[in-house]
Amino acid sequence: MISFEDVTVTYHDAERPAISGVDLRVHEGELCVVVGRTGSGKSTLLAAVNGLVPHFTGGQLRGRVLVAGRDTRTNPPRELADVVGMVGQDPVAGFVTDGVEEELAYSMESIGLPAPVMRRRVEETLDLLGLADLRDRALATLSGGQQQRVAIGAALTAHPRILVLDEPTSALDPGAAEEVLAALHRLVHDLGITVLMAEHRLERVAQFADRVIWLPGRGAAPVVGGVGEVLARSPVAPPVVRLAGVAGWHPPAVSVRDARRLAGPLRERLHGIAPPTDPPATGGAGDGRLVARGVVVRYSGAAAVRGVDLRVAAGERVALMGRNGSGKSSLLWALQGSGRRHGGEVLVGADDPAALKPGQRRRAIGLVPQQPTDLLFRETVRAECEQADAETGAARGTTSALLERIVPGVDGRAHPRDLSEGQRLALALAVTLAATPTVLLLDEPTRGLDYPAKTALATVLRELADAGTAVVLATHDVEFVAEYATRVVLLADGEVIADGPVAEVVTSSPVFAPQVAKVLAPARWLTVAQVEHALKAAP
Amino acid sequence: MRQRAVVTDPAVGRRGAGRVIAPAPLHPGAWWLWALALGTAASRTTNPLLIALVVAVAGYVVVARRSNDPWAASYGVFLRLGLMVIAVRTLFHVVFGGSYGTTVLLTLPQLPLPEWAAGIRIGGAVTAEGLAAALYDGLRLAVLLACVGAANALANPKRLLRSLPAALYEVSVAVVVALSAAPQLIASARQVRRARLLRGDTSRGLRALRTVLVPVLQDALDRSLALAAAMDSRGYGRTAGVPPSVRRATGALLLVGLLGVCVGVYGLLDAGSPMIIPGPFGAAPMLLLGLATAAAGLALASRRVPRSRYRPDRWRPRDLAVVLSGLAAIAAVLAAEALGAAHLVPPVAPLSWPSLPLLPAAGVLAALLPAWVAPAPEAAK
Repeated sequence: MISFEDVTVTYHDAERPAISGVDLRVHEGELCVVVGRTGSGKSTLLAAVNGLVPHFTGGQLRGRVLVAGRDTRTNPPRELADVVGMVGQDPVAGFVTDGVEEELAYSMESIGLPAPVMRRRVEETLDLLGLADLRDRALATLSGGQQQRVAIGAALTAHPRILVLDEPTSALDPGAAEEVLAALHRLVHDLGITVLMAEHRLERVAQFADRVIWLPGRGAAPVVGGVGEVLARSPVAPPVVRLAGVAGWHPPAVSVRDARRLAGPLRERLHGIAPPTDPPATGGAGDGRLVARGVVVRYSGAAAVRGVDLRVAAGERVALMGRNGSGKSSLLWALQGSGRRHGGEVLVGADDPAALKPGQRRRAIGLVPQQPTDLLFRETVRAECEQADAETGAARGTTSALLERIVPGVDGRAHPRDLSEGQRLALALAVTLAATPTVLLLDEPTRGLDYPAKTALATVLRELADAGTAVVLATHDVEFVAEYATRVVLLADGEVIADGPVAEVVTSSPVFAPQVAKVLAPARWLTVAQVEHALKAAP
Repeated sequence: MRQRAVVTDPAVGRRGAGRVIAPAPLHPGAWWLWALALGTAASRTTNPLLIALVVAVAGYVVVARRSNDPWAASYGVFLRLGLMVIAVRTLFHVVFGGSYGTTVLLTLPQLPLPEWAAGIRIGGAVTAEGLAAALYDGLRLAVLLACVGAANALANPKRLLRSLPAALYEVSVAVVVALSAAPQLIASARQVRRARLLRGDTSRGLRALRTVLVPVLQDALDRSLALAAAMDSRGYGRTAGVPPSVRRATGALLLVGLLGVCVGVYGLLDAGSPMIIPGPFGAAPMLLLGLATAAAGLALASRRVPRSRYRPDRWRPRDLAVVLSGLAAIAAVLAAEALGAAHLVPPVAPLSWPSLPLLPAAGVLAALLPAWVAPAPEAAK
């Protein structure tokens, strides 16, 4: 269905090719997942399928890409619109119209299908993806999961034989991600559509994949093969595959179901060993570095945060979870004091941050926003670091030293926009930390990070907390929470519905449970590292 | 508010069982044609009474039939813009205006100008006659703005663009994308300004402009690239085997046709314009000729575009009625002009209180029809 014949892509002014020696075939009805670290060329590989590379992006493509028998050399993306449906990383950026129905019809209109056919397909697609109740809604008013499903539906109505998706679930909460993946699974099994997708959150998608294409990066040729065997060798692997490595299962399990079947002996070996527990979360007892009482935030009349109480002690690592739109971001901004707060009180030490001047406020409490680039505005990393030093009155070189500690080896001359997601986050974090705030808030920091980058972030945040900073982060990433946080606060509809130690909160709900917990239930193991440690210590 | 007919027919399926099925809204083209017709009628007169009547009619229909959608709120902006036009026009007359008439209201100090600037005057006497003429002129421009504002409030401009002929499709998409860029830029700027606070940056003025502008523009650029890639992937601009020579020929036809329409419209709007094709019917032949060429070009070009349209807005009898009510206003004004009726352009010297010409007034009142014919907007959700 898709065939790459010895393809090498080199962008203008690039030192080395983005991908090289790609020689692979994706067969009809297959679901292939492209994995690799950030910057390994996943997006390039995907965009080469419908000819966006090189027709749209520029650069040079050597070799040949055949899609359903058509050569992308002579067929630009628009002429391939009837065979390849493309869903980009940010569904909102790709919306052309502003209504659900019009968006679904857009590709068909471009292809020139007759009106009765369009009408029928729109209805079918609305049902297939569970969008029928949303048909008259404006796209801007939908939730993230709904928008992603509309984007997939809009690609599907043209009846493409191939669907290409770039990180379809990375911005979604666990529930919405399941929704989207269930829809994709159905497309592959019911309609025989060929799916090629890239995803960082492998714990969500690995079980659905038929094969995996691993891009080792630095222009090395991709490794293609069965899901378990390839992931076991790659640095990006979901917890269940890493657990298989620790437990010595061959071939490695890729789904929780397979792993549970194999895990009998492992559960026995771990029997009698208590999972390590973090130092008991103070949960508001003792001195609260950050104390919030009855915080209310409203947007045009509707309450986004309804009376949240929160106490965070120095050194605590709190994860704020909840579905998209549950009020996590609004709460963080209200706590920091730069966002709106319509009721309640917030104290950092003895001060209300909202009453402080912004310059003093950031010394008390720092926030890394969801888009780290919003914080950055200089042309080079070095200028950005110097700017941060000047703003905070820190000694020259403080920020760049911080950056070097968080992520070593960032080129000071590079433009912040050209950095990888992880480096950009690190820069925004370094800029925020230059003011040495006693409380650090982070909004969705793991978005777009691969597993090694997430581990690095966890290490940095843990060191900060150990040094006495109170850290609160909002995230959808259950695996990251399991690995990093000491306490979870669950929000729903602007209210706190659960607040407690990680092991208690995440294991009590299947949606928020990490893979290791699912495999080893009822024992409360959360991470591969915990299991590995326990096995080594055990005789 | 009048009770609206409530249809709950699950078989229709438009909004699912048990929910209100609103009647289809009026065709956006009907609203725009109606409003432009009213504006055209008003532009052929300087009679303030008649112009006030036009504004009142348009305003009444807007109040009766506009929806709760965001674009409907722009009506007030257009009205304020109209008032500004009148104010500026009058101010210019007071400062630079030539003096005619005899009723001097006040005398401003006059700036002596050199010989070569003869004909230009700054300051001097301000006469009631001159002031009235300037006011009438400003009113005429303002009423056009009010009519465009009414159309904008009554019909989503994006939906109007969707109903353009297929040949103009690519242009219309470009306009739609440009229209959505502005609110996005505002949202982006707000987000970046908020993030600026996180860095303790409360600077205003030029420096703040720089720190906000750079991320906002980068963001806009990224976004537009993503949109362009998405549109390309989804078949925007597919030619599907149309040879380039045919594409060029249809393009030329379209251009000539549109030019013809422009010339004709110019003739119609400006009663004093030099006739390009002189004749007893004024600009009408040029307009008709232009319309015909454009229609032919569009029809030919549309046949070459491999595009179709999903659930297009349909013309129903009531949409035609709305357009006809607008045309009635033009017809009445033109007829009154042909009959040589006075009062359409009331004399300013000697200044007299204008009286309302009956025939054009009746025509303008006919344009109230949509307030009853058009379906009532949906109640707020």
